Amino acid sequence: MALHEPLPEALEGRGISRRRFVRFCSAMVGMLALPEHYVGQVIQALQATHKPVLVWLEFQDCAGNTESILRSADPPVAEVLLDLLSWEYHETIMAGAGRQAEAVLERVMAQDTGQYIAVVEGSIPTAEGGVYCTIGGRTALDIARQVCSHAAATIAVGACAWDGGLVRADPNPTGAVGLEEAVPGIKVVNLGGCPHNVANTAAVLVHYLTFHEMPALDQFHRPLFAYGQLIHDQCERRAHYDAGEFVEAWGDAGSRKGWCLYKMGCKGPDATYNCPTVRWNSGTSWPVKAGHGCIACASHRFWDTMSPFYKPLPSVPGFGVDVSAEEIGWGVVGGVAGLTAAHAIGSALRRKAGGPEGGAAPPPEKPA
Amino acid sequence: MARIVVDPVTRIEGHLRIEAQVENGKVTDAWSSGTMFRGIELIVRHRDPREAWLWTQRICAVCTMVHALASVRAVENALDIEVPDNARLVRNIISASQYIHDHVVHFYHLHALDWVDVTGALKADPAKTSQLAQSLSEWPKSSTTYFRGVQQRVSRLVASRQLSLFTSGYWGHPAYRLPPEADLMAVAHYLEALEFQREFIRIHAVLGGKNPHLQSFLVGGMSTSLDPNEPQAPLNPERMDFLAQVAQSAKTFVDQVLMPDVLAVAGFYPEWFALGRGPGSYLSYGAFPQGGIRDTSLYFLPRGILLHEDLSRVHPVDPEKIAEYVTHSWYDYREGDQVAKPPAEGETNPRYSGPRPPFAFLNVEEKYSWLKAPRYDDQVMEVGPLARVLVAYAAGMTEMKTAVDGVLAHFKAPPAALFSTLGRIAARALETQLLANHIVGWIGELRNNMQSGKLAIHNGEKWEPATWPASARGYGLFEAPRGSLGHWVEIENQAIKNYQCVVPTTWNAGPRDVHGHRGPYETALLGTPLADPERPLEILRTVHSFDPCLACAVHVLDAQGQVRGRAEART
Ligand code: SF4
Ligand code: SF4
Repeated sequence: MALHEPLPEALEGRGISRRRFVRFCSAMVGMLALPEHYVGQVIQALQATHKPVLVWLEFQDCAGNTESILRSADPPVAEVLLDLLSWEYHETIMAGAGRQAEAVLERVMAQDTGQYIAVVEGSIPTAEGGVYCTIGGRTALDIARQVCSHAAATIAVGACAWDGGLVRADPNPTGAVGLEEAVPGIKVVNLGGCPHNVANTAAVLVHYLTFHEMPALDQFHRPLFAYGQLIHDQCERRAHYDAGEFVEAWGDAGSRKGWCLYKMGCKGPDATYNCPTVRWNSGTSWPVKAGHGCIACASHRFWDTMSPFYKPLPSVPGFGVDVSAEEIGWGVVGGVAGLTAAHAIGSALRRKAGGPEGGAAPPPEKPA
Repeated sequence: MARIVVDPVTRIEGHLRIEAQVENGKVTDAWSSGTMFRGIELIVRHRDPREAWLWTQRICAVCTMVHALASVRAVENALDIEVPDNARLVRNIISASQYIHDHVVHFYHLHALDWVDVTGALKADPAKTSQLAQSLSEWPKSSTTYFRGVQQRVSRLVASRQLSLFTSGYWGHPAYRLPPEADLMAVAHYLEALEFQREFIRIHAVLGGKNPHLQSFLVGGMSTSLDPNEPQAPLNPERMDFLAQVAQSAKTFVDQVLMPDVLAVAGFYPEWFALGRGPGSYLSYGAFPQGGIRDTSLYFLPRGILLHEDLSRVHPVDPEKIAEYVTHSWYDYREGDQVAKPPAEGETNPRYSGPRPPFAFLNVEEKYSWLKAPRYDDQVMEVGPLARVLVAYAAGMTEMKTAVDGVLAHFKAPPAALFSTLGRIAARALETQLLANHIVGWIGELRNNMQSGKLAIHNGEKWEPATWPASARGYGLFEAPRGSLGHWVEIENQAIKNYQCVVPTTWNAGPRDVHGHRGPYETALLGTPLADPERPLEILRTVHSFDPCLACAVHVLDAQGQVRGRAEART
């Protein structure tokens, strides 16, 4: 479809101006790192008259991912919830309750089976037969199995749904696990983060609506466009790190100058996410900009693997400071499938330094 | 006689189930059950108390930041740390913006659809809607064209037969009574409020790096250093301007949209000033220190207790008198289920004894909830905006008295009308307006400090664990938007030994206690009329008027001893 064609009526009815719509589609294509000629395809897909149905399940959650969705600026939140998709089940914000709410899930599974998108927020308790989370008298596990196994695509939003998150942190009182572990065999896209960043989620949804498949994923089934790069490599304070300019105490002169937070425990050198570039709340800020270190909230099992949060990482050499890429050897780049070169080198450095591996670390053993 | 079940209760945070006995079209008894449990207090044991706030903040994101603040206060209390004035101000600004955000989202997105029939908007005359809107407020988005556009948007949604979030509402229910024009205006404002809340909460992005789950709290202060001359300082003149500008826009929205809407909607449902009456005793810890944290007499919202709907006397709060029952909760106490335990000595051994899922009904004679039943001096307390407003009113806070009396005069109602479902809604709106009036000034104070070179934002004297005593106990109290919140911490050998929270929704949504006294939801539902028990809209009205947050409400206190030497493992 050529860009100058008039906006279909369906779109005008949603109060969306042509110019804004095209701008949004181009931005999405950029974010997903797709070639520019895909803009037309995105535009076409988003104008479809029959909207794909989405159901959003909440289990052992804090509703952080729900709140994050409500912060969507591009597309505006009302369009996400009402126009882009038919957002039919989502306990925190849906109109119906009780029987009427349950009936929606049943209808969607019957009428749209194999066609709807399921989103899961929160971990799933497995201890004691799942009694730690019930909805309408059924366990979370039971609901997750049924709803996700009939979905066309399933997205786990936030750390809890991905890998069990905070609820699963030691000693994991309720036997909580992430969705992939709770319902083995289904295909899940994991949008880690605590919570997920809605900018990424919107891009994943747009990708799916356009191509009917998910964007390229890493070994944790996270989209590469969002989880492929080290925070440290994208951080606006990086020059200070390289120059050895560190905040040494909270509120000191360095903190007022925006110096590096490495010594205050920043986990940016060991974490991947596009937080520094996409930022939060319509691109307003991110934790480092507010003067606090990164806690690696999009890394695997970060609550256990990245805490204590104020303890500095074991020394991580920066590029060109005391180890060069050549010394590590470029061979490692090819060895870590799907990750960016920067991250692969970063991981290798950390292995060398004896530090934790962050995003690439295997799940730690539970202490005996 | 019939038992009805509402599960899931939606448009709340978390997992709540209501069972109610209905006779002759009225609720004769009710049971409130929290159906999800995570055990976060257990998870924070043996960890560094300085990071407890990062963990406990995840108790809830609808009430993001509230547990972070209660947590740093508890640790500061235990270690005897005073925070600098700028940290106090930043915390107050973050808290006030949380109140405004939360209350606006609650009214429009969690509560309004109990009073507003979205499909009613289709029948409205856009010209008359415009007249209605202009008669209520100066808000500029009020033209006939504007409302026609909104109406077309709704009718396309209905025609597409894909109503998204509105799919399963109780549309056409006989208890809906707004004229179509009011429905249309409210739907327009529902949509506007979605955009408003997103823009407004950028205040939290500036002061906390992100929302939800801010990341700028510190034991001893905040991470948001300020400097009038450093462009890279987290807070500088440019960002102060941004904060002031966003805060100002909130004042406009609250004055011109929220407040007129609340008054207009309430005007069509006057009988709800007599329904939903709670237990009658109200608790507020007070909020927004204007000096040191210990100087409770200087709190902007006063601390106090009201007993038995008596507004003539405000009683002092003694945290020692708080205790929790598990008589009807899925936990055991070693001394048996008859005792109430204070949080400082709290104990929780989760022991589910309900029916095996899937189940149709809970066994309400026995244990039936993951929530405990907190009591103050063995009395049931309601907490939340209504409690705070009543305590402030009874304590003679002039600004609050004027505002409350204004609303009562508007409805020609006596103060007793406030002990009701609509009383909760009105109180929440009044509180929002009060804070929207003051937040701009607090941002101004912060800016003045910055300009005059008063830059301290963190007190680092006790940052290093080596400076701490071998053991210490403390608590942090705060009024979260949904009510009284307390965290209790015990620190030993630089790690958390015990951690406990007593949370707003536990006060309000908790089950019966050893005496069989109902929790506030259970009491407030008594006598609720049900026009159509198959579609229990009226139950939602009263439950939603409390603004439930169940993720907050379920917690664990001190499960005995299964945690294995975590502190050593991580040092
Ligand atoms: S991942 Fe974080 S934000 Fe999301 S539900 Fe879990 S605790 Fe909440
Ligand atoms: S250590 Fe943290 S603050 Fe410093 S450059 Fe890296 S990511 Fe940025």
